[in-house]
Amino acid sequence: MNDMTPNREERVANLKGLGCKRKRVEDARFTQGKGNYVDDIKLPGMLFGDFVRSPYAHARIKSINAEAALALPGVIAVLTAKDLEPLGLHWMPTLAGDKQMVLADGKVLFQGQEVAFVVASDRYVAADAIELVEVEYDDLPVITDPFKALEDGATVLREDIADKKEGAHGPRRHHNHIFLWEEGNKAATEAVISSADVVAEEMVYYHRTHPCPLETCGCVASMDKINGKLTLYGTFQAPHVVRTVASLLSGIDEHNIRVVSPDIGGGFGNKVGVYPGYVCSIVASIVTGKPVKWIEDRMDNLMATAFARDYWMQGKIAATKEGKITGLWCHVTADHGAFDACADPTKYPAGFFHICTGSYDIPVAYVGVDGVYTNKAPGGVAYRCSFRVTEAAYFIERMIEILAQKLDMDAAELRRINFIRKEQFPYHSALGWEYDSGDYHTAWDKALEAVDYKGLRKEQAERLEAFKRGETRKLMGIGLTFFTEIVGAGPVKNCDILGMGMFDSCEIRIHPTGSAIARLGTISQGQGHATTFAQILASEIGISADKITVEEGDTDTAPYGLGTYGSRSTPVAGAATALAGRKIRAKAQMIAAYLLEVHDNDLEWDVDRFVVKGAPERFKTMAEIAYASYNQAIPGLEPGLEAVSYYDPPNMTYPFGAYICVMDIDVDTGVADIRQFYALDDCGTRINPMVIEGQVHGGLTEALAIAMGQEIAYDEMGNVKTGTLMDFFLPTAWETPNYVTDHTETPSPHHPIGAKGVGESPNVGGVPAFSNAVHDAFRAFGLKQSHMPHDHWRIWKTANKLGLHG
Amino acid sequence: MADKMHLKLTINGEHLETLCEPRELLIHVLRERFNITGPHIGCETSHCGACTVDLDGKSVKACTLFAAQAQGATITTVEGLASPEGMHVLQEMFREHHGLQCGYCTPGMITRAWRLLQENPDPTEEEVRFGMAGNLCRCTGYQNIVKAILAAAAIMNGRDATADDAVKTPEEVA
Ligand code: FES
Ligand code: FES
Repeated sequence: MNDMTPNREERVANLKGLGCKRKRVEDARFTQGKGNYVDDIKLPGMLFGDFVRSPYAHARIKSINAEAALALPGVIAVLTAKDLEPLGLHWMPTLAGDKQMVLADGKVLFQGQEVAFVVASDRYVAADAIELVEVEYDDLPVITDPFKALEDGATVLREDIADKKEGAHGPRRHHNHIFLWEEGNKAATEAVISSADVVAEEMVYYHRTHPCPLETCGCVASMDKINGKLTLYGTFQAPHVVRTVASLLSGIDEHNIRVVSPDIGGGFGNKVGVYPGYVCSIVASIVTGKPVKWIEDRMDNLMATAFARDYWMQGKIAATKEGKITGLWCHVTADHGAFDACADPTKYPAGFFHICTGSYDIPVAYVGVDGVYTNKAPGGVAYRCSFRVTEAAYFIERMIEILAQKLDMDAAELRRINFIRKEQFPYHSALGWEYDSGDYHTAWDKALEAVDYKGLRKEQAERLEAFKRGETRKLMGIGLTFFTEIVGAGPVKNCDILGMGMFDSCEIRIHPTGSAIARLGTISQGQGHATTFAQILASEIGISADKITVEEGDTDTAPYGLGTYGSRSTPVAGAATALAGRKIRAKAQMIAAYLLEVHDNDLEWDVDRFVVKGAPERFKTMAEIAYASYNQAIPGLEPGLEAVSYYDPPNMTYPFGAYICVMDIDVDTGVADIRQFYALDDCGTRINPMVIEGQVHGGLTEALAIAMGQEIAYDEMGNVKTGTLMDFFLPTAWETPNYVTDHTETPSPHHPIGAKGVGESPNVGGVPAFSNAVHDAFRAFGLKQSHMPHDHWRIWKTANKLGLHG
Repeated sequence: MADKMHLKLTINGEHLETLCEPRELLIHVLRERFNITGPHIGCETSHCGACTVDLDGKSVKACTLFAAQAQGATITTVEGLASPEGMHVLQEMFREHHGLQCGYCTPGMITRAWRLLQENPDPTEEEVRFGMAGNLCRCTGYQNIVKAILAAAAIMNGRDATADDAVKTPEEVA
């Protein structure tokens, strides 16, 4: 039999484990139209719910008359705040310690706010009925500018808490103020700045935008009144948290609630929060005894659920004449909209923004963030980033460029002399983080060489001369970025969401014939967990990834976990998977020892089997061990082969990368032509390079959108000006460039397999790379800062202001 | 509510009929009345292409057509592309080249690409990018979608798809 044994190399290849470009197991279904997304779910007798939304950004509601709507055949109910009030559900807690109206209670605070919930036999009747609900409004003064919101005498937005001097995150100094959150040493930083050789100062605005996954949010709530069980299907990035929240809100015991996330058509942070649509669907199902479906349309999605960013970042960066950075100061005015519904770990109202010292060894720093209410939609989600990390990366990468300009230095060199050095890791940043590992200089040099940085600068200088001579109207911009992410939230001692520690979990069962099922507390929204988690496990337990089913998203079967966002799946659930696999292997070793009649310690692990040390012909494969665990009585061991692991990460992980973007900008049309984009990522151990590359392409395209055109814009009346895909920029295949990807590999020292997570790096690093390229093109003409998004019109205006139109 | 009309269509080779309101959109009739849920809804304003189906030999966005306008039409959706022998080469190439992530845009993408390769059997990368510009994807950044379509075209033209530079990664070409 041993002659038939494939050699070691073949056995490793058969596993399809860590590091292999395994094709995705999800794809056969998706390419043939057999996905199962929430809107594909149809239950017998299902009703359809839809919202009457506010056309005003700020108004008092005088009356709501649903008579005509209720008279329409097929309309079952129209819910308003008055109907929810007896249940205590007209308001709900937010993830950020604030509360939010489920349905407008006396007034509306943003355009698109949910005013009434119509329940009807199908979506056409619901749409008709919405038009028939008469709401009378008295409009109130609107505030869309967070600085104006804090002025004396500004209109009171949140009357419900106008007198409260204390919020969830400390004192409130104004009726429209939410919190001031500070980190670092303010006095020491200000002292350094006041005596520095050079200080660069700038207001850097990261505009409001939206994750806009291709599938909008939605759910189907189904209350079975006979057995008292509520089933909730929906686009949830954190199904277990939704179950806990649903239980706390509804009073239904948690074991009687089953939350299922089916296939999800992209999330990017949009699907982390709990929205009024979920609450209303649950109530409507309880009231009617029928399943109720609610699916946002695209306008609802863009107007009401989950904006991102909207940070006004005032920065000062101090340095010596030689360019050594000596201090960083930052004050953020954070526009949170009408309710503070940011999805951050409880203790961090500004997320992990204090990673804003970036990749640089900055001895002293201070950050203060003021959260402010305005008449805009609530949200503040991590749009493909870990909790405000993309804001932080944009801030520091702009400040570095502005400093380079002030010092008249090359921005690549300025970065190099300030990088945290390899031997400084683990590195304690001035704002309190412990960076686990990194090798920035190696990555930077590799990137600069790959694009022939010197050659590019030479070409740029020649182009500038040609431009000045009138031979071309195109300027060349070289956008540099070196970013450090902080992902994998997070250690339970300081990270929780609504009190739930941010651990994650994996449960594994090995079947008698040597295949397996693994269930996790996370949920894929396109990341390919069914493919990649099986790879992690295959390498740990020696069963081919093709024989491992990965299941997520059903709270009745999956172990409790905090879900998928903030690039936490690989760092946290991936670690749980590896550790659960190691528990399996530990028991397997005892079984193998019994079968081979040797001591446990006489065995060694070899790819997919335990081998007797020094006697390679004596072994038991994992498949044989699995079978034995079910059919033999092994003294001292329980039958079966299962394990579960709940992983509480000791630290975050710190992926990093070097991105370089080259663009040609036509100063007369404002068109920016992206000619080259190079992305080097270091995400530690690489699980599936094909999936990593795909994530990088996708994240860079989101970054392209954000930097070059995508925004949620409001006029002064609080009207959303970008409420459809006509106005809200999503790049097509035509505008999107090809990307060159590359990598270095610096494993995380504290993660069981050394992986760090990658999904969000390209969004975090991509935005400053694109934006810096635009700024760099105009650097020679003195441009310091122009706010994103850099659409053609804004670029044209920049050129015009700089006097480039003659 | 208007009286219902009697709608007859040929969908993926099958003669199907139903009663529906004349104002119902084709995408809703497909998904709700015929349970053909491959085509998706991403915007209902003809921007995203998630709802793309093939109607009488043309790619159409099924969210922007009343079902009544499709009376008597022959429609192919993503469900109709595979044959008893297996997946269509486009479906295989999307898998091979990682041309999808969440899969939400994929049925529309593949259905559009299927028509594109009939309109232009051997397109350049630029022609693929232009021809696919009506379909949005939020996950992939298009690079691998373009690659998958070029690889499918190469195979359909009897070439070895792995030999085309266009379907290699830039790292492989270098
Ligand atoms: S749903 Fe038809 S184009 Fe978007
Ligand atoms: S794969 Fe998610 S939208 Fe294209």
